[in-house]
Amino acid sequence: MSRAKTRVVAAMSGGLDSSVAAALLVEAGYDVVGMMMRLWSDPAMGGAAHNQCCTPRQMADARRVADTLGIPFYALDTQEVFRRRVVQYFIDQHRQGLTPNPCLECNRHIRFDWLLNNALALDADYLATGHYARIDRDSAGRCRLRAGRDASKDQSYALSVLDQRQLRRALFPVGEYAKSEVRRLAIKFGLNLESRKESQDLCFLGKGDYRHFLNAHAPDVMTPGPIMRQNGEILGEHGGLSNYTIGQRRGLGISCREPLYVLALDHVRNALIVGAAAALGRDTLLAERVHWISGRAPERAFRAQVKIRYRSRPQPALVEPRPGRQFQVTFDAPQRGIAPGQAAVIYQDDLCLGGGSIVRSEEPLAAPQ
Amino acid sequence: MTRPDKAAVLGYNGRCPPMSHEASRKMPAKAEVYLDYSASTPVDPRVLEAMMPYFSRIYGNPSSSHRLGRQAEQAVEAARASAAEVLNCRPSEIVFTSGGSESDNLAIRGAGWQARHQGRPSRLITSPVEHSAVLNTVRQMGQLMNFETSIVPVDQHGWVDIAAFRAACSQGGALASIIYASNEIGTVQDLPALAAIAGEHGLLFHTDAVQAGGQLCLDVKRLGVDMLSLSAHKFYGPKGVGLLYVRDGIRLMSSQSGGGHESGRRAGTPNTAFIVGLAKALELAHKEHERRTARLRALRNRLIQGLLTRVPDAKLSGHPQRRLPSHASFILPGIDANRLLMHLDMNGIAASSGSACKTGNPQPSEVLLALGCAPDEAKCGLRLSVGVHTSEADIDYAIDVLAKAVSRLGQLDGERMR
Repeated sequence: MSRAKTRVVAAMSGGLDSSVAAALLVEAGYDVVGMMMRLWSDPAMGGAAHNQCCTPRQMADARRVADTLGIPFYALDTQEVFRRRVVQYFIDQHRQGLTPNPCLECNRHIRFDWLLNNALALDADYLATGHYARIDRDSAGRCRLRAGRDASKDQSYALSVLDQRQLRRALFPVGEYAKSEVRRLAIKFGLNLESRKESQDLCFLGKGDYRHFLNAHAPDVMTPGPIMRQNGEILGEHGGLSNYTIGQRRGLGISCREPLYVLALDHVRNALIVGAAAALGRDTLLAERVHWISGRAPERAFRAQVKIRYRSRPQPALVEPRPGRQFQVTFDAPQRGIAPGQAAVIYQDDLCLGGGSIVRSEEPLAAPQ
Repeated sequence: MTRPDKAAVLGYNGRCPPMSHEASRKMPAKAEVYLDYSASTPVDPRVLEAMMPYFSRIYGNPSSSHRLGRQAEQAVEAARASAAEVLNCRPSEIVFTSGGSESDNLAIRGAGWQARHQGRPSRLITSPVEHSAVLNTVRQMGQLMNFETSIVPVDQHGWVDIAAFRAACSQGGALASIIYASNEIGTVQDLPALAAIAGEHGLLFHTDAVQAGGQLCLDVKRLGVDMLSLSAHKFYGPKGVGLLYVRDGIRLMSSQSGGGHESGRRAGTPNTAFIVGLAKALELAHKEHERRTARLRALRNRLIQGLLTRVPDAKLSGHPQRRLPSHASFILPGIDANRLLMHLDMNGIAASSGSACKTGNPQPSEVLLALGCAPDEAKCGLRLSVGVHTSEADIDYAIDVLAKAVSRLGQLDGERMR
């Protein structure tokens, strides 16, 4: 199939990365169609978009880029499905005392399902995004997800939820480039993008942070409760568990001789468990809802590097598959800030194997037989 | 980090071979089927020809006393006389404007403020199926300027409820403004009846005839209207020029002050070339009226019948009989109009929707809501409008593409909801 007859839908945000991604595809001769999803108009803001990534201004930016590239451009109303699959998930997870990462849900259900299906319905062969990640094939022809060449910008963590069907249809044109090269390419392509800050991780939160968002949309999540040590000693009161993340030190509002850290969010007792830094380290974690990108679960334990947060470095560990779509990770060195609800994503060098949702972190568990 | 596998997807390794920027530009469309004549029309070559002398040759200001000025003035006044003939009025009753929205604003603001200035009742009456140039003007005057307003209801076909209209008029007021033919649903109102009722109660009657221009009777005597708005680009004239018919004896507060142009009603140097273009386009539409509308009607009927047959869920919106000859509009339940338009565009078909939105945040069509549609349905409107260049083959192609697109989108969203 010639490139001219290969239709690629380029997901555009008006930002640098997706604009350059679209431009690279046009330059390579594909039949490119630009699409932008309108994900959210905050009802608490009177329906006007006050979120970070699909304001009318960014729509106009994306449209201008599409005009410059000479490609059609369409804005798609994605609000209903985004609210249902991403925003509601975000709220529900907080209700359960978890620390969700909605970007993964968005990639799984919105970009690479809803948008991909809309692209396919428009006779597209591929969906391209501006993610810093790469795709290649193994000897059996299965897609493999690799970290972006620019390790400091790598976004494979948020793509670790994709399966073979999705990856076969995905293109990440900027994954081969460093951010600085992407900036130069934008100039070369004449895209004239106004410099603005990077896309936000939680695009729907608007000007405030997630605490403001939860206060506005799920005030029940913000129920005050006790701050206590592991031994049950009560030190103060918190304003709602969702205000805190594991490993957090500041903003606890209690004075103590030793620095205190958030150790756990006890959803059952609505208690914030705090303690010394030494108690923060965890050797192991258990993850559920495991997804293997290859489509095949490994049978035996293997050495890998595991990333416990979008912005953390992969850490050497032993990964042991468990029954029921679970795996256990035993780190070589204790890790701080393992937060239930976040994804544990497994790498071997730059190869992303998949991941799962962290259930709990513990002192070393008994090794499986 | 290891090097990337060279067997990258499709042989695409991110480092694209150089290719000239121009060479990479591609036209998106396979065919070009324009079914959006209600949005705008191409300028008739005869109109363009008539306009040409007035850009660089006879460029004088019509207000100037020298020869170039006089020549321009003659052109503007000849255009006025020509338009007046079509409207069956006196030339002095024609005010040239920048288009339909300006004409509507001049009529409504002019009549409203004049009435208030003279201490007369200043209520403004309109319908919910108006173009936004009328509806938002009345709303603004009501909300911000303390005018009393009445929005009279319509039936499920978009017909103004005559009894409600009479009741509103009986309260007195300055002006009633009712659209001649709806841009969104094509319904044609019974203007003579409405105008008579307004007159009985001492109200001026204005109509936005922008969609009717070039298709329906524009004889202001037969219609019985006091004011009427037209816009040239709906009947193969240029954009940016329109007119307002204002019956002799009506005083309007000028909404744009300045020099005494257009009998003091609309300040600004007359746009000679465009006014000439408007008059020429109106004259041609008038002369060729019978032939054009018979053809449009046949094409529209083919479109309506074809679509209702191929897409059984589709419902015709607007009045089944009393509608614009060029205008077909539908509700396609469960189909996101914006995505449908995208599918049409990718297949070279230009159409439109009452809730079309370039920022992906469509609001339910106010017109469809006024007809009693549920909010979900009011996002599913589709408008197809035919014109002089439309062929039967265009219609058949559009129906085919539409049927396939509707089926695909229906499947897609059906799967998603499971």
